[in-house]
Amino acid sequence: MDISAFVLFWAAIFTSNILLTNFLGMCSYLSVSREIESAFGLGIAVIFVLTVTSALNWVVYHYLLVPFGIVYLQYIVFIIVIAAFVQFLELVIERYTPALYYSLGIFLPLITVNCAILGVSLFMIIRNYNFIQSVAYGVGSGIGWLLAILMLAGLRRKLKEKLVPIGLQGAGISLIITGIMALAFVGFSGIVQIQ
Amino acid sequence: MTKKEIFLTAAFKENSIWRQILGICSALAVTNLMLNSLIMGLGVIFTLAMANLTISLIRNWTPRSIRMMVQTLIIASYVIIVDIFLKANLPEISKQLGPYVGLIITNCILMGRAEAFASQNPPLDSFVDGIGTGLGYALVLLLISFVRELFGFGSIFGFTVLGDWWINWNIMVMAPSAFFILALLIWIINTYYYKAKV
Repeated sequence: MDISAFVLFWAAIFTSNILLTNFLGMCSYLSVSREIESAFGLGIAVIFVLTVTSALNWVVYHYLLVPFGIVYLQYIVFIIVIAAFVQFLELVIERYTPALYYSLGIFLPLITVNCAILGVSLFMIIRNYNFIQSVAYGVGSGIGWLLAILMLAGLRRKLKEKLVPIGLQGAGISLIITGIMALAFVGFSGIVQIQ
Repeated sequence: MTKKEIFLTAAFKENSIWRQILGICSALAVTNLMLNSLIMGLGVIFTLAMANLTISLIRNWTPRSIRMMVQTLIIASYVIIVDIFLKANLPEISKQLGPYVGLIITNCILMGRAEAFASQNPPLDSFVDGIGTGLGYALVLLLISFVRELFGFGSIFGFTVLGDWWINWNIMVMAPSAFFILALLIWIINTYYYKAKV
């Protein structure tokens, strides 16, 4: 793969948005998008965790799993790295910045099971990114995810005063909104191709 | 509850996708072809049933504080089995499913069932619950992929059914259609199955 990290970063936000084209991180996307503030908090936490775990997992994969020939254990190792990092982050934030902990802390446990985090680690291995590319892809994916959840949260706030068919309320209408957003993002797809 | 009731509740009444809106990620990503959906569905049924059984067997010896980690590791072990099996026997499909097999680990359905059912119920009940939940999940996947493959490629399970006159709908192959079809499915089921009142 010889795409520059810069291109990869933009591609991860717009043309290959982790949520709108790869469908990753849907669970917390649908459940935490009721309020803009909490959507923003979770999004920031996702960006941070994605950046660090994609770097960590890249190092672990290339300097630990490959030399020892235990690549088949990658799922277990990746999920442990992610869970351990999230736990560590929670402790550090709680100890040093209690204010941040109260606004961000509640989202941290949710992040371990956010499939976007594991998904980015698996994509970077499958697509053979080097270290810089992986980190750029991680940051870009995080920002793309934040963008998607913020847009949905904003639209859902507007929807509160509108009449929605009863069977579509809640998840149904959110999925339709997401579909329209995904359709809009298809418009970016001609710019770069990374898949 | 009898075993049959547990099964029916897990598969239909409390279906994880249309009722609890869990596990959407993979439900949307692998539904462009029916064969992919079928394999993915079978993988999830196996993982769910076995993980539920194992978690339930050791539920009395698992300390509460680390149970999430234990559950995740058990699930991850079964996912590795599925992944290795697919790579060895169906390399073509394994390649198409890509990271989504590995992502069964973070599929909310598995953690949800482990937490809500398997950690509180006896092994056999948990096993039945796992099969039921998995079948409910596979059913939704097959429904969505039926529509997407039929309109997107004019075929079912790879066999052409619509013939030469059919012009493929490109949108059905692309990401947005998955969101729309799932939303419509939820709408129809809410209206006719749960009889949501206006």
